[in-house]
Amino acid sequence: MNYYQESVYLQGHIIDSLVLAKVLDLILMMGGTFDLEDVHIGKTREEPSHARIRIRTASRALLDDILRKIQPHGASIEREADCRTDRAPAEGVLPDDFYATTHLPTQIRLNGRWLDVDRIEMDLAITVNEAGSVAQAVPMGEVRQGDQIVVGREGVRVIPLQRPQERDVFGFMESQVSAERPHGHIIADIATRMRQLRERHRQKQADSHVLLSGGPAIIHAGGREALTWLIEQGFVHILFCGNALAAHDMEADLFGTSLGYGLTAGRAVPHGHEHHLRTINRIRSIGSIEAAVTSGVIKQGIMAACVRQGVPVVISGTIRDDGPLPGVITDSVLAQHAMRALIPDVGLALLVASTLHSVATGNLLPATVPTVCVDVNPSVPTKLADRGSFQAVGLVMDAASFLSELARLLGRSI
Amino acid sequence: MSRLLVCPPDFFGIEYEINPWMRLTNRVDHGRAARQWHELMRVLEKDLGVVLERMTPIVGLPDLVFTANAGIVVGQTAVVSRFRYPERQREEAHFENWFRRHGYEVMTGEAGLHFEGAGDLLGFPEYWFGGYRQRSDIRVFPILSEQFHREIIPLELVDSRFYHLDTCFCPLSGGELLYFPAAFDNYGQAAIAERVPDKLRLTVPEDEALKFACNAVCVGKHVVLPTGCPTTQAWLRIRGYETHPVQLDEFMKSGGSAKCLTLALD
Repeated sequence: MNYYQESVYLQGHIIDSLVLAKVLDLILMMGGTFDLEDVHIGKTREEPSHARIRIRTASRALLDDILRKIQPHGASIEREADCRTDRAPAEGVLPDDFYATTHLPTQIRLNGRWLDVDRIEMDLAITVNEAGSVAQAVPMGEVRQGDQIVVGREGVRVIPLQRPQERDVFGFMESQVSAERPHGHIIADIATRMRQLRERHRQKQADSHVLLSGGPAIIHAGGREALTWLIEQGFVHILFCGNALAAHDMEADLFGTSLGYGLTAGRAVPHGHEHHLRTINRIRSIGSIEAAVTSGVIKQGIMAACVRQGVPVVISGTIRDDGPLPGVITDSVLAQHAMRALIPDVGLALLVASTLHSVATGNLLPATVPTVCVDVNPSVPTKLADRGSFQAVGLVMDAASFLSELARLLGRSI
Repeated sequence: MSRLLVCPPDFFGIEYEINPWMRLTNRVDHGRAARQWHELMRVLEKDLGVVLERMTPIVGLPDLVFTANAGIVVGQTAVVSRFRYPERQREEAHFENWFRRHGYEVMTGEAGLHFEGAGDLLGFPEYWFGGYRQRSDIRVFPILSEQFHREIIPLELVDSRFYHLDTCFCPLSGGELLYFPAAFDNYGQAAIAERVPDKLRLTVPEDEALKFACNAVCVGKHVVLPTGCPTTQAWLRIRGYETHPVQLDEFMKSGGSAKCLTLALD
């Protein structure tokens, strides 16, 4: 994290004397920002007021300068305590009083210094290495007996999101879900981001990956070509999906159907319901999706594009899967682990047409990652927000329309 | 009847430099200083009917004469100063002893939390003002505010020539205020203007402010102030005060005048 912060406390008759105003002005004039916390204004003239001010700056030196400047006006640095840690009592078991994370940037205080928590994600614990130099968010299931785990709330601070400089739809960082909202400008903003991220990705810059997490409705609804084009053009760098998206994508390539429906004719073809099973069986006989593509059995589509572009795909299995396809991770914990491993460089997440995968992916994303949730059913973006991914922008629309419009804005000619 | 604590200038002189007025080369004329001090005492006792409590001067403490910085007295409680400069810290024990011997309940602040008494804390019966930054630490005011149940409005002193609040700010018994705005920053000026209505405030002209017109002693409708401040005197007379100018230029060599030489005991 590229910012530093310190809390100061100011008390006395700080309102009428304008001492509070002066301190806040000083912070701003010097280039810092602040949040006012715990402001209490005396109810009578005799009663003093007090305010806790959290100061943020882009550098340690500026923070020190500001603190030096405001201390003569009575701003005293809050006495902060180190966080407490306790040992994990057993494999996969956290100490009773473990600190449960949010997906906001978080710091812990160790040996008098604030340390960023790496790989922040909601609903995890925080583990600290033996040297006390690295703090990392850790899922319950991955805790080893004896690991140092942060307990209690003391010495832990969560940093609210800064409003990004870009004045686009992500600047608001709030999920408004409405089918009535116009979609055009939102998709345009997403396209602009994706164009920038592709450039940054080509220059191998950090946080430049675009993650798409999708459901099979992308195929059923006719968004397959658009998504394939986006992958081929280098706009999508990671794909999360389930058995169905992969199966129907390849079914379309082999049989021209999706779940038995002719994608061009738009009606059920004879014995079409067997097509996805025959597809899965075919790939199983070849041994892997990658081999199916490289051997030329699968020629076109999302999976083929991913293999050719080297886009990593995590296919997570579910309880109702047929087959499944080779490469599907049927152990949910292992699937979560594989998805988590690809999160750190994500700079934009598109969660399209899947309740299960959208919520699962949303759970893994830090709040700092701009996120879009697209679903024809308004309850999906709502559910995502309810599960804590408040930063997700909800788009209530059909997956194929979304992907086609996005691809068109990015230069695909129809 | 008002009582003031004073200290004869037997050992007054300039032995160090801790404000812009002090120059070691600027020698004090002892005879003249003594005469000026006794004239001030005469005015206070005879013209104003004030009771004076005289401290015993101490060799080697030239500024003990400035009793305004002994501390503050509220009822039977005395808060003893904690001076910023070591040169004056040696006065603290003498002031504390005087208060104890005279039956005051003595309060002392924590070491390092500087507070220079009535030099930096003055006001109206309902609320006080506290000068900070040059000598006193702003953090002392919330403590005193809680102790005495008084609102204390801190004012930053931004001009080192006006290093104590009582050098540029003088509340009067009728609610009026003499002050020199440029000694405060915009926030302080706004805070003062918010509290004291325009017609009750006299902006002392700079030449009179530099003669310490604001370092005046107000007892009832009498104001004792340094000589050479005609505008201030004229305004005071219009407001119904009787003015008593006293020549105190020997003490200005140390950056003090009438008010600095007295401490209100009740």
